[in-house]
Amino acid sequence: MNASAIIFYLISAFILGSGILAVSSRKIFRAAIWLLFSLVGIASLYFWMEVEFIAAVQIIVYVGGIVVLIIFSIFLTQHSGSEMPKTSRMKTLFAVLAALFGLLFCCMVIDEYGFTQLATVSFTVPVAQIGTQMLAMGEHGYALPFEVVSMLLLAAMIGCIVIAMKNKEEAVI
Amino acid sequence: MNTIPLSHILFVSTALFFIGMYGLFTRRNLITMLMAIELMLNSVNINFVAFNKYLYPGKIDGVFFSLFIIVIAAAEAAVAIAIIINLYRSHHSIDVDDAAEMKY
Repeated sequence: MNASAIIFYLISAFILGSGILAVSSRKIFRAAIWLLFSLVGIASLYFWMEVEFIAAVQIIVYVGGIVVLIIFSIFLTQHSGSEMPKTSRMKTLFAVLAALFGLLFCCMVIDEYGFTQLATVSFTVPVAQIGTQMLAMGEHGYALPFEVVSMLLLAAMIGCIVIAMKNKEEAVI
Repeated sequence: MNTIPLSHILFVSTALFFIGMYGLFTRRNLITMLMAIELMLNSVNINFVAFNKYLYPGKIDGVFFSLFIIVIAAAEAAVAIAIIINLYRSHHSIDVDDAAEMKY
C-alpha cells in the first residue's frame, strides 16, 4: 500500500460519498453542491490516471458549465431553501434493493473476469496527438465524429433557443 | 503507478453508476433526475479512460470516447434545462407527477 494507492482510495471515497449525498439530500441546492464536489473528485481521479487533458475538460465543461447551468435553473424554478417532499418508504426500499442487486452482480462479473494487463508500454496522452488524431481523416482519425458532434452541438443550440423562446402571440394576449 | 488493479477502478465506477440509478429511481424532481443522469455519464467516462490506460496503453481511443461523451452530455444538459424551464412556465412545477397529460 503505497502513497498512490492511498490517494486513489481517498479520491474514490470522496467521489462516492458526495455522490450519495447528491442523490439523497432533500434540499435541492445542497444536492447540486454535492454533485459539484463529486465532479471535482472525478476530475482529480483523471489527474490520478494521468489524463490531464480530460481532467481539464471535465473541470471546464462539467464544473464550470453544467453545474452552473443546473444551479441557475434551480434558482429560476425552485424555492431553493425548502425541502423536497419525502419519497415513499416502499419506493426507497425497492430502489435500494435494485441498485444493490445491480452493484453486486456487476462487481461479481468484474471480479471473475481476468483482465490481462499490458504493462509494457507507458500510457501518455500528449495533447498534440489528441489534436492531430481528432482531425485526421486517415485510418485512426476522428474527423467524421468531430463533424457529426459539431452538427449535434449546433442542433442543440438552435433547439434550446426554439424551446425557450416565448411565443409572441401568447405574450401579446 | 499500476499498483491499483483495473478491477478496483471499475468497482468505483460501477458504484457511481448505481448511485445515479438509485437517484433516478427515487427522485421526482426533473432537475435532480438530470443530476443523477450526469453521475451515470461520468461513471461511463471513468470506465473508458481506465480501460484505455490499463488494457491499451499504446492508443488513446478511450480518451476520444470520453471527450465525445462529455460533449454529448453538455448538449443534453442544455436541451434538458431548456425543456425544464419551459415546463415550469406552463405547469408552475417541475415534478414529473404533475406533467402527466400524455400518460395513458
